[in-house]
Parts: sequence; C-alpha cells; structure tokens
Amino acid sequence: MSYLPYAVAAWLCLVGLFGVATSRNLIHLAICLTVTQSSSYVLLLAVGYVKHGRAPIFKGIKLGTPAVDPVVQALTLTDVVVSVVVVALILALALDAHRLSGTVDPDEIADISG
Amino acid sequence: MTRRLRLALLVPSLLGLGALFAWSITGLPRFGDYRGPYGYVLNQIVVPLRHSTNVVMGTTFDVRGVDTMGEEFILYAAVLGVTLLLRDEAGGGRVERRTRRLRSDAVRLVGVVLIGGGLLVGLWLVAFGYITPGGGFPGGVVLAGAILVLYLIGSHRDYRPFRNEHVLDPLEGIGAGGYVVTGLAALVSGMPFLTNLFGYGQTGTLASAGSIGILNGAAGIAVTVALLLLFAEFLQTYVVPLEPEDAAS
Amino acid sequence: MTLIATLAPLQGVVFALVALGAPVVVLTRDPLRQALANGIYGVSLVCLFVVLEAPDPALSMLVVSGIAYPLVILAAVARVRGERRRTKETRDD
Repeated sequence: MSYLPYAVAAWLCLVGLFGVATSRNLIHLAICLTVTQSSSYVLLLAVGYVKHGRAPIFKGIKLGTPAVDPVVQALTLTDVVVSVVVVALILALALDAHRLSGTVDPDEIADISG
Repeated sequence: MTRRLRLALLVPSLLGLGALFAWSITGLPRFGDYRGPYGYVLNQIVVPLRHSTNVVMGTTFDVRGVDTMGEEFILYAAVLGVTLLLRDEAGGGRVERRTRRLRSDAVRLVGVVLIGGGLLVGLWLVAFGYITPGGGFPGGVVLAGAILVLYLIGSHRDYRPFRNEHVLDPLEGIGAGGYVVTGLAALVSGMPFLTNLFGYGQTGTLASAGSIGILNGAAGIAVTVALLLLFAEFLQTYVVPLEPEDAAS
Repeated sequence: MTLIATLAPLQGVVFALVALGAPVVVLTRDPLRQALANGIYGVSLVCLFVVLEAPDPALSMLVVSGIAYPLVILAAVARVRGERRRTKETRDD
C-alpha cells in the first residue's frame, strides 16, 4: 500500500496520454484528456493523506484531531469544477474544426489543411 | 505521420515516461506519511483565526484566495472563449426547429421535484460552504443543473429567459467582479489585497468566517452562471428557434 | 475509530477500481458510450476521494461527473451529428 497510490496516479496519466495520442475523434480526445487530468487529483490527495487522519472539517470533532492536508483538497476542489469549463472550451474548438472541415478525426483535419 | 509510426514513437516514450514516474515515486514519502508543514499548521490555525469550521474552504477563499481568483478568471476566460467560438455561428443551417414537446406527466413530475430539490441542495451547499463540506464551486454546479432541468422537462421556450444575455452576462460579471471588489475593499482600507477584513463572527454559524462567506457566494454565482452560459451556447442550435427576421437576414 | 482502522483495505480496493476504470474510458471509442463510461469512472473517483477523507473534492467531483460532463459531452455529440445530418440533407437536395 506504500507506493501504490502514486503508481495509480502515474498509470492514469499514461493511460490518458495513450488515449489522446491514438484518438480518432476530437470529442473522444477531450474525454481522454480528463482522464489524464484526474491523475493530478489522485496524486495530490494521495500526497496529502495522513494515516488515521480525519477530514479537515472541525464541525463536531475537536480541534487538534489529526486531519489530512487541506491545501491539496482546496487545489483539487477548484480544479475539478474549472476543468469542466476548460473541457467545454476544447469541445467548442472541436465543433469549430468540425464546422470548417466536416470531420472530427484529427488525422483527416491534418490532411485537409496540409 | 502514419498510424503505425505514431504508435512506434508513442509506446517507447510512454514506457520512458513510466520509468521516470517510477523513479520519482520511490523518492516520495510513503503513502499516509505526510511531511509537509502547511497541512498541520492550517488545521491548527484556520478555525481559531478565521472561525471557519471547514478548513478546506478557509484555505480556498482566505489562505490561497488570490489563487482562487485566478481559477475564477480561468472559468471566465474559458466561457468567453466558448461564447466567441459558438455564438457567432451565422449561416442558414441554424433554423432547425425542435418542437418536440414532452408528453409524459411522470417525467415532468420527477423533473419538478428535481428542480426543487436541486435548488434547495445547491443553495444549501453554497450557504453552508464554510461550515460543512460544499461551497460555491460544487454548489454552483448543482444550481446550474437544477435550472437546466427546467429546459429538459419544458419545451425549449422555457429555457429562453435563462440564456438571455441581459440577465446572464451581468450576473457573470457580478460573480467574477464581486470577488475582485472584496479584495480591493481590503486594499482601500490600507491592508493587503484580499485581507479578511470583516468581523469573524461566531464559529459554526452562518454569520462567521468574515469575507470567506462573501467570496464563497461570489464564486457560487460565477460558477452557476458560467455553466448556464456554457450550456446555452452548446444547446443553442437546438434550443433557440430563430425569429423569422433573423432567419431572413 | 474502528471505522478508520478498516479504511486501508477499502482504499486499496477503490484505488484498483480507479486504475481499471481509466483504460475502459480511454478504449471506448464511441463518444456516446464513452460519456457513460466516464460517468462511472467519475463515481469511482468520488469513492476514492471519500476514502481519502476529502469530502469537498468528492462533492465537487460528484456534481461535475454527474451533471456537467455528461451535458457538455452530449451537447457536443448532438451538435456534431446534427451538422452531419444537415450537410447530408443539403447534399440530397
């Protein structure tokens, strides 16, 4: 269990990158990018985890109880929501590409422009 | 580049990246053996200093408030980009008119319950963000989703007021601008930007945490409106039938 | 406290679930099916955040993978298909 969580984060990153590189559809590519992005959440939360720690919310538990790192959680929290809007921007670019070239396959788009 | 050549380049580089990851992972402290000082420090000081029982929110909107402002502007810029890309899609094809009305009363009933429940949960998440888990970011998404159910259960016309630029665009400005104004208020009173300058109130009640509550609300508005604008732009082709004079031009 | 003592094996299971979910999402090539797979993967991430004692990110991920991602992806898929159908119709004319 000691290094497994970090290995999972690295695995997610590699799997997502594989999907991005082999994708044949721009919408599929955007979703693969979210998989790569999820690796950063897993890494952050794994780094901030304290063994036997509680969630850093001191409502109903005494101050000074061991708790996990709130900084990484704050980073993850905002990033999760912002990522949706960024994915939407990528999808909008994909739709624009589709409007101009009539395809969502990155290879075919490259053929047309070249 | 052919597909095979790309795969031949990709697999070794991914393997190399994986090896680098493995190397770096073994240098990290073991899982559960957290070494950073900030987590311990913040868990000790945020509740007594800021009266916010949710330390994550205290961190988001106070300790790293400037970062969160940056995140909010990413949100703003991305929605702006989507709008620029999709709104000005002139061309004759947009007249496609979807007048499919929802006939099932059961679905409509479930939808009404979802709207009510969603609005309640969303407002609760935003309002109590600095006391219990939640806050403006997830709360805003729930609120936007609840408002969107209105589009799903009604005919498309019901969604139109919500995609009205005269309502949504100023609200988005209030969400993003309110954050900056709260920061500037501290600057005007002679303190550093985004200093928490309001009274901290009583811990564990809604009247606590000072400007964290205001920033939290501003973020809630910004996220709700950003998502509504986003959906409006994406669904535009299907949602808004063009007026005859628009179609003619 | 017994709840926390039993957390470690649960964490292992959920980490494995997430690690298995990612390839499924990536290897599903049809965007419509992928939206579904992505939703299930999102729920596994929510479980992971919960067992890592992170309720705020878990809530965020829950609403994002349950509401926002599917809507954005489905809207994009619908738009691409709609445009395709339209170009076909104009070609038929």
